[in-house]
Amino acid sequence: MPRFRHTEKILKMLRNKENIRDIGIIAHIDHGKTTMTDSLLAEAGLLSPKIAGEARALDYLEEEQKRGITIKTANISLLHEADGKSYIINLVDTPGHVDFTGKVTRALRAIDGAVVVVDAVEEVMVQTETVTRQALSERVKPVLFINKIDRLIKELKLSPQETQKKLMRIIRDFNNLIDIYGEPEFKQKWKVDPAKGSVAFGSALHRWGFTVEIAKKKGIMFDDIVKAYKENRYEELQKIVPLHEAILQMVVNHLPNPIEAAKYRVPKIWKGDIDSEIGQAMLNCDPNGPTVMCITNVQLDPHAGIVSTGRLFSGDIKEGDQVYLVGARKGYRVQQVSMYMGAFREVVDHLDAGNIAAVLGLDQARAGETLVDSRYSDVMVPFERITYVSEPVVTIALEPKHPKDLPRLVDVMNRLSIDDPNLVTTINKETGEYLLSGMGELHLEIAIKFMKEYAPGLEIITSKPIVVYRETVSKAGIIAMAKSPNKHNRFWVRVEPLEEKVIEMIEAGEIDEVMGRRRMGEILYRKAGWPAEEARNIWAIEEHKNVLIDLTKGVQYMRDVRDMVISGFRWACQAGPLCEEPIRGIKVKILDAQLHEDPVHRGPAQIMPAIRRAIFGSFLTADPIILEPIYRIQVTVPAEWVGQVSSLLTRKRGRILSSEQKGALLAVDGYIPVAETFGLAADLRSATSGHAFWQSQFDHWERVPENLARGIIAEIRNRRGLPPEIPDAKKFIDEA
Amino acid sequence: MGKLVFIGLGLFDEKDISLRGIEEAKGADFVFAELYTSLLAGFSLNKLENLIGKEIILLTRRDLEDENGEEIIKKAENGRVAFLVPGDPLIATTHVALRIEAEKRGIKTKVVHSASIISAAIGLSGLQNYRFGRSVTIPFSDGDFISRTPYEVIAENRARDLHTLCFLDIDAENRKYMRINEALEILLSLEDEIRKKVISAESLAVGVSRAGAEDPVVKAGAIKDLLTFDFGKPPHILIIPSEKLHFMEAEALRVLADAPKWVEELIK
Repeated sequence: MPRFRHTEKILKMLRNKENIRDIGIIAHIDHGKTTMTDSLLAEAGLLSPKIAGEARALDYLEEEQKRGITIKTANISLLHEADGKSYIINLVDTPGHVDFTGKVTRALRAIDGAVVVVDAVEEVMVQTETVTRQALSERVKPVLFINKIDRLIKELKLSPQETQKKLMRIIRDFNNLIDIYGEPEFKQKWKVDPAKGSVAFGSALHRWGFTVEIAKKKGIMFDDIVKAYKENRYEELQKIVPLHEAILQMVVNHLPNPIEAAKYRVPKIWKGDIDSEIGQAMLNCDPNGPTVMCITNVQLDPHAGIVSTGRLFSGDIKEGDQVYLVGARKGYRVQQVSMYMGAFREVVDHLDAGNIAAVLGLDQARAGETLVDSRYSDVMVPFERITYVSEPVVTIALEPKHPKDLPRLVDVMNRLSIDDPNLVTTINKETGEYLLSGMGELHLEIAIKFMKEYAPGLEIITSKPIVVYRETVSKAGIIAMAKSPNKHNRFWVRVEPLEEKVIEMIEAGEIDEVMGRRRMGEILYRKAGWPAEEARNIWAIEEHKNVLIDLTKGVQYMRDVRDMVISGFRWACQAGPLCEEPIRGIKVKILDAQLHEDPVHRGPAQIMPAIRRAIFGSFLTADPIILEPIYRIQVTVPAEWVGQVSSLLTRKRGRILSSEQKGALLAVDGYIPVAETFGLAADLRSATSGHAFWQSQFDHWERVPENLARGIIAEIRNRRGLPPEIPDAKKFIDEA
Repeated sequence: MGKLVFIGLGLFDEKDISLRGIEEAKGADFVFAELYTSLLAGFSLNKLENLIGKEIILLTRRDLEDENGEEIIKKAENGRVAFLVPGDPLIATTHVALRIEAEKRGIKTKVVHSASIISAAIGLSGLQNYRFGRSVTIPFSDGDFISRTPYEVIAENRARDLHTLCFLDIDAENRKYMRINEALEILLSLEDEIRKKVISAESLAVGVSRAGAEDPVVKAGAIKDLLTFDFGKPPHILIIPSEKLHFMEAEALRVLADAPKWVEELIK
């Protein structure tokens, strides 16, 4: 286990919360986040200065180094000394690649502030917008670092006036984001301003940077920088205006400590009663309160097993503590507590509120879990389910080359889904298909690479990527009655489209199963205009944004079968009747039921199929349609090629939203169906002779054009070995 | 026009079918049977086939429920079909749907009765048939679904001074048959959860195993004692008596069910 010279000092200081900052660095891909992190690491004495910058200390997996992108989230504690005070900066590394934004969101739960890095050449990009929006929605306060100033000087050779104009534009664009996405009470206060020191300029690669304040204090002018580059002695800059000083000073001065942040962040990110004992302890970041930790990252370490990392919001944690995972409903004894340094964990006696801790021994922990002192297991309200912006929309089927390797394949798929909750692994025992779903082709490609690393020698055959679709309805269906297989139970069900607004509320976590029926009812009644009776009686919200409402009255034994009805509903939603794709955005109303007296005649084997049949029956009379995933795509290309890009996108059913001049380049922004993006890289390359840089991320679901829908459904049914015809509603509806 | 005859197989082995049942089966064009609703511990399909001189087609739950017994109905539309069912054929309620469907399609139906576990268990226990309330099945509580109904039914019956006959769940596909001690544990855990003081470890219960066999076991006692009592092989069934007993019932339990002396204190 590596040792670092500052560990003990850091530990002592971790108790002084005014001097702690829990922050992250967020950025568009390749805007320099990792380089900056390494530079900070080097200066804080945790790494040799030479290897930072090139070695990218946080990218500890070989894969990441090779591809030059960050995938794993790690945490690290830095020391910063200024004005005779010592500060601890807990730095949560968040991935920057578009295919992995889910992890950015997850990490945001643990931090109070963020340094947003923007490339001075490329300016504010689509991912800058996404991550800033996510940060603001978690009440994470941003400061701005404009990176790669060296390129403005050396490559673009801009005049000081042009440079200033460009920098002001970036600041204005960034503040616009705060205006659009910030909450009213924070957005004015949170706008960045170079005069106030909440904007820094610099070059992470060359490890220099300054704020206006630092520049004044050191008497350095922008001309000096230009001169240093012209005379090729820019290495001096890192001594005069070291990057870490600028960044860490900005962090310390402008980002909140855990006590300040808890006051306004806890009510936002935690839905429990603020006046309860736990609520008060979290609000005050109380180290003597009940232990509460929000787990934001879970990784499988080859030596230590499952490592759960998260932010302590109240109390403390140490080896031997009895703790409880609210989501998994399981109690544990803490085996070990560590703090992070780079890729390594350092075992410590204990950590308390306000800190980022790594805990061993929680085998069922998953990112997003809430950990609490076991004595409070009954009263703890979990943190809002962390909402993911991205959805897994591309699937591949896996198969071991040698059948004997099947158990290893299954094992490694399970491990992978622990590491990355944005990967969904499905093992269909009936069809023998082993499916892996992710956010895009690249995401899956990397996942496969990891699998091979986890299981050396395992040879995996992969299918072509398949797009994941959704089934939904476009109007209310008829009231369908279905009987259980033994004919002794009946349900009357109606399927309706779920309002777009409510889907958004579910996606934003505004309504959530965990918040309890009464509160959810209130919100739906007030904000979505639902009738009180329906708003109050939500039984379940399914992961694909479907809602189950119980509108039965006085049906005997309804309570006894409630869980089975919910299971039947979830089962139906997992695979719809059109082609067994998941159902999205429906409202299922149970209007009436008749149940058998005896519990074995209304067991799960009876109730679940009855509910599913009734749902399918009504669904098929509700003008069912299929939805396809749509990427937001941004192509940056020299102006002369823009015509080719537009026509290529249009040919692929894309839609162009805007194109904006960014220096010599045009940034074309638009939408394109995921189904049309396989092989897009090659097409773009040949259409623009390799001059286009592009990226995409999942944006929304859209109805498949009617002329294509039939063919797609037929193709999926064929792939699944289903009869070619969509079943008739009558097949699922019984007569009274 | 066709005909469908439901024939009871009784409780234990192939000898429990009635002579009338054998006659009907012999005269049928097709003979079907299902064995998933109950366990006939000593039953041999082979021996029964020899007895009636016909092949018997075994049906699964899937055939009867998911496929609505279409196979039987089809055959019965044009011929005579016998359908063999454990116990008394329409008491396990499931097959009522099949009979209704057959009649709706113009198929004549007939029932040949045999012994049912309901009469057998009540009879063996010595408790009076007239004092039983609703019966209930105690389902396996594995998985996520736990039914509170057994507890509620016992509560209702006891409030009205009635006994409760508890069928114990079976999962024939996986050869799982609930045992009396398992059922008692489920009831105690329901009491623990719901806490309406309906039963306790001290309450009286009567267990019956292998009714209809040469060696049935009938044992009355406190729940805590029955939890560890060995009732032998399945099938098992359980009775939770009322809190008060008729003097004849107490005497029967003492003599026929090896009840402890304190049951005499329950005489009303």
